[in-house]
Amino acid sequence: MDFLRPATWEEALAAKAEHPSAVPIAGGTDVMVEINFDHRRPEYLLDLTRIGDLQTWDTVPGGDAVRLGASVPYTRIMENLRGELPGLALAAHTVASPQIRNRGGVGGNLGTASPAGDAHPALLAAGAEVEAESVRGTRLIPIDDFYTGVKRNALAPDELIRAVRVQKADGPQQFSKVGTRNAMVIAVCAFGLALHPETRTVRTGIGSAAPTPIRARTAEEFLNAALEGGGFWDNGKIITPSVAKRFAELSAAACNPIDDVRGTADYRRHAVGVMARRTLMWTWEAYRATGRDAHRKGEVA
Amino acid sequence: MRVRFTVNGRPQEADDVWEGESLLYVLRERLGLPGSKNACEQGECGSCTVRLDGVPVCSCLVAAGQAEGREVVTVEGLGEGGELAPVQQAFIDAGAVQCGFCTPGLLVAADDMLQRNPNPTDEDIREALSGNLCRCTGYEKIMDAVRLAAARQSEGV
Ligand SMILES: Cc1cc2nc3c(=O)[nH]c(=O)nc-3n(C[C@H](O)[C@H](O)[C@H](O)COP(=O)(O)OP(=O)(O)OC[C@H]3O[C@@H](n4cnc5c(N)ncnc54)[C@H](O)[C@@H]3O)c2cc1C
Ligand code: FES
Ligand code: FES
Repeated sequence: MDFLRPATWEEALAAKAEHPSAVPIAGGTDVMVEINFDHRRPEYLLDLTRIGDLQTWDTVPGGDAVRLGASVPYTRIMENLRGELPGLALAAHTVASPQIRNRGGVGGNLGTASPAGDAHPALLAAGAEVEAESVRGTRLIPIDDFYTGVKRNALAPDELIRAVRVQKADGPQQFSKVGTRNAMVIAVCAFGLALHPETRTVRTGIGSAAPTPIRARTAEEFLNAALEGGGFWDNGKIITPSVAKRFAELSAAACNPIDDVRGTADYRRHAVGVMARRTLMWTWEAYRATGRDAHRKGEVA
Repeated sequence: MRVRFTVNGRPQEADDVWEGESLLYVLRERLGLPGSKNACEQGECGSCTVRLDGVPVCSCLVAAGQAEGREVVTVEGLGEGGELAPVQQAFIDAGAVQCGFCTPGLLVAADDMLQRNPNPTDEDIREALSGNLCRCTGYEKIMDAVRLAAARQSEGV
């Protein structure tokens, strides 16, 4: 095994181009478990922790997205990005423990692309693009196209994740996760929901209930039509129970879960429905309380 | 490969380190610092907690090469000049140690929290220690110990 220690991003890209089989290591909270348990013996480890650029974030030109460096640890996201990325900050707070959150980040979560990764539902709901780079150039992969199979993603062998560009919240967002305790729990299933008052849409993300993280598209389409048809975005009325119920049913129906040690498929479908209804109610209440006025002012200005 | 970093304020060097080796292994097996414990090697138990550049991490999940040039503080570095750190004394006084296997990791995590947050609520303590498992005490004495350390620390000021 070789330990590659690029000092700059350019060196990292060059190393990955030269050794496409090299395994990047950021926080190591997935990679080191595999090495410690002999599940993986990579020829090359490519350490990304010397590259300062990956640890910072800024705003994408134009201003409507945060460009989050691949290795910004969850702790920093929770502490510093709660306002702009509330769904991701909530998800970050549910990851493992302080020790793990001090090391692990979204780049590693995307690299592993586990259906149980907590960043995924939040990214799907907020809207995001993965900034993948190689010596050949940069491309932006829409988050909806990023997850290609169980623990598979759309990265080419010579590519690294430079950042993920996450839409700044334009309305309330929520994240909900089912597990046996609060800390140190891999999701039995998880649900992210974001209201987007500017486009009058709702987006969702489901974790651990299908081979990949997914959106509940039919549920979104139904809800978008129901909210538009009923004038809800303007009148800010309480969402009718029948609408919330149908949204929950369609969210559950979007799942394609399995039975495993953490839960049965039936339980997962049920829990996703419950979380869909709850996150809708929580975000809608927040929108009624504050978001609607703010948005109206935004429209006038 | 050779790895050089600072441990508890002293420059250290380890040779013939395997590239996939963890920082925990280097500390225990190569540098003779067995305070950090090895229980799970998968980040679940926190008994290997050290500070890496000031931040508590599971040393079992840090590749040795990632520690190159960094500063590590282990449980051996908490006290000064042969004296126990206040949090260590509080663990003894509160009876928070039974078999002691979880203690080093808990001490590093608790010490870090008390530096950042001198007046923690019970909620803060539980959150800060949520990555550290103890199979013996049932945690109540550990809570007592951290409350005691916090109280002594604020009296001292
Ligand atoms: C005890 C424990 C509990 C956990 N609990 C949770 C949990 O509750 N929720 C959750 O979502 N996850 C959990 N995890 C998994 C892990 O912490 C997360 O997936 C984390 O986001 C990984 O980030 P990392 O930086 O540590 O990744 P690493 O382990 O460094 O890397 C993970 C993968 O991503 C690749 N990679 C890393 N950076 C890049 C990059 N810039 N470009 C391309 N590929 C890259 C690596 O090659 C590797 O394949 C847990 C892990 C442990 C050990
Ligand atoms: S030995 Fe590192 S967390 Fe258990
Ligand atoms: S005292 Fe035995 S594990 Fe905590």
